[in-house]
Amino acid sequence: MLSKLPLALVTLCFVLPVVHRATAAEMEVRVEIPRLNVSEYHRPYIAVWVQDGNRKVVSNLAVWYQQDSAGDEVGTKWLPDLRQWWRRTGRSLDLPVDGVSGATRPAGTHELEFSHSDKQLSTLKPGKYTLIVEAAREVGGRELLEIPFSWPKDKPFKEEVRGKEELGKVSLTLKP
Amino acid sequence: MLRSFIPAIALLVCLPLSAFAHKVWLLPSQTVLSGAEPLVTVDAAVSNDLFYFNHFPLRLTNLVVTAPDGSTVEAENQATLRYRSVFDVPLKQEGTYRIAVNNHGLFGSWEENGERRRWRGTPETFATEVPADAKNLQVSESVGRVETFVTNGAPTEKVFDTDGKGIELVPVTHPNDLYAGEKGTFRFLVDGKPMAGLKVEVIQGGTRYRDAQEEVHVTTNAQGEFTVEWKEPGMYWLETSAQDSNTQIPQAQNRRLSYAATVEVLPQ
Repeated sequence: MLSKLPLALVTLCFVLPVVHRATAAEMEVRVEIPRLNVSEYHRPYIAVWVQDGNRKVVSNLAVWYQQDSAGDEVGTKWLPDLRQWWRRTGRSLDLPVDGVSGATRPAGTHELEFSHSDKQLSTLKPGKYTLIVEAAREVGGRELLEIPFSWPKDKPFKEEVRGKEELGKVSLTLKP
Repeated sequence: MLRSFIPAIALLVCLPLSAFAHKVWLLPSQTVLSGAEPLVTVDAAVSNDLFYFNHFPLRLTNLVVTAPDGSTVEAENQATLRYRSVFDVPLKQEGTYRIAVNNHGLFGSWEENGERRRWRGTPETFATEVPADAKNLQVSESVGRVETFVTNGAPTEKVFDTDGKGIELVPVTHPNDLYAGEKGTFRFLVDGKPMAGLKVEVIQGGTRYRDAQEEVHVTTNAQGEFTVEWKEPGMYWLETSAQDSNTQIPQAQNRRLSYAATVEVLPQ
């Protein structure tokens, strides 16, 4: 018989940070990793970044890859499979990057939230940008989704795109 | 009978002349790498088709692997098989490696008892192997490079330092930064100077599955530069050659220069 106290605590742990962050977030990115029915499933490597009109990366938001593994097959070995991300920024980064690098995520929807004061946004000059989400999966495929936006916003903005294979729904929400 | 030996001799000497239509190449398992200590394994062969092992292995006698800091590293697990040579290169440093087979030698022919004799060797073996009174002796010097490039992490340019011998490639676009839908520009030097008018042939791999080689011809401009538009991702082979009389070995009357490289064009 489960005691109700731990359950309540667990629930609070989930609810509290979301409530807290929702009030502070000026940028929210949601990335859905679809549940795939394949015989050999590996979690995808995913990179999320913001680039300017010259395809120059102005902000790295996240890169999720295998953080450790048995034997010599280190997770960073497969980072070039995130082809665009690797070319634009990954290959010149000293990984892991604080606040950007993270472990691979399971299927489901994952949220990234940033406020003006976060280093990911504080350096963004007013202008046109593109949010890019790139996914590559071992023994699977690769997919890249883009959402163009301008920064900063004087009105709330929401845009979403949907992937076909390796990515589900990806959305970008901006608040003034 | 003798005719069938000519291509074989030519490839053993150095690089085949383009007239023989043999292609000399180094094919790395991949060109863009990362990780704790990535490794490439390389195939080296002489073939008619790209990139298939169907003719001769490329000898690894003059294999030189240059690390991003300019030092020379030993290729591991070298073996010469029936149709190809193989070796591994662990990429302990971050940056671009150059993997090259640099040949420099002599190729001679003369008449003996009414027959044409052919010989290949070095200035040292010339005196002992070529008769002093050889009739109608013709000796040519050959300087050939076969190269490919692989990068661990971000591309670097130290390995493109030139030594001023024969044909050398200098990147304008880094050879490990080529993408379909974009253009790549490179400069050719001959004896360290930009060479105009070199005819460059560019062929995409997978020729076995095409009716034609679909080679692209470009010519270097006054700066020694040429530009290729990469229409599709894939492994590409580029080749150029030249002849002149600027011999460095005194026994030779003329000089054959050749250059071939394998580069990978990635999808966007």
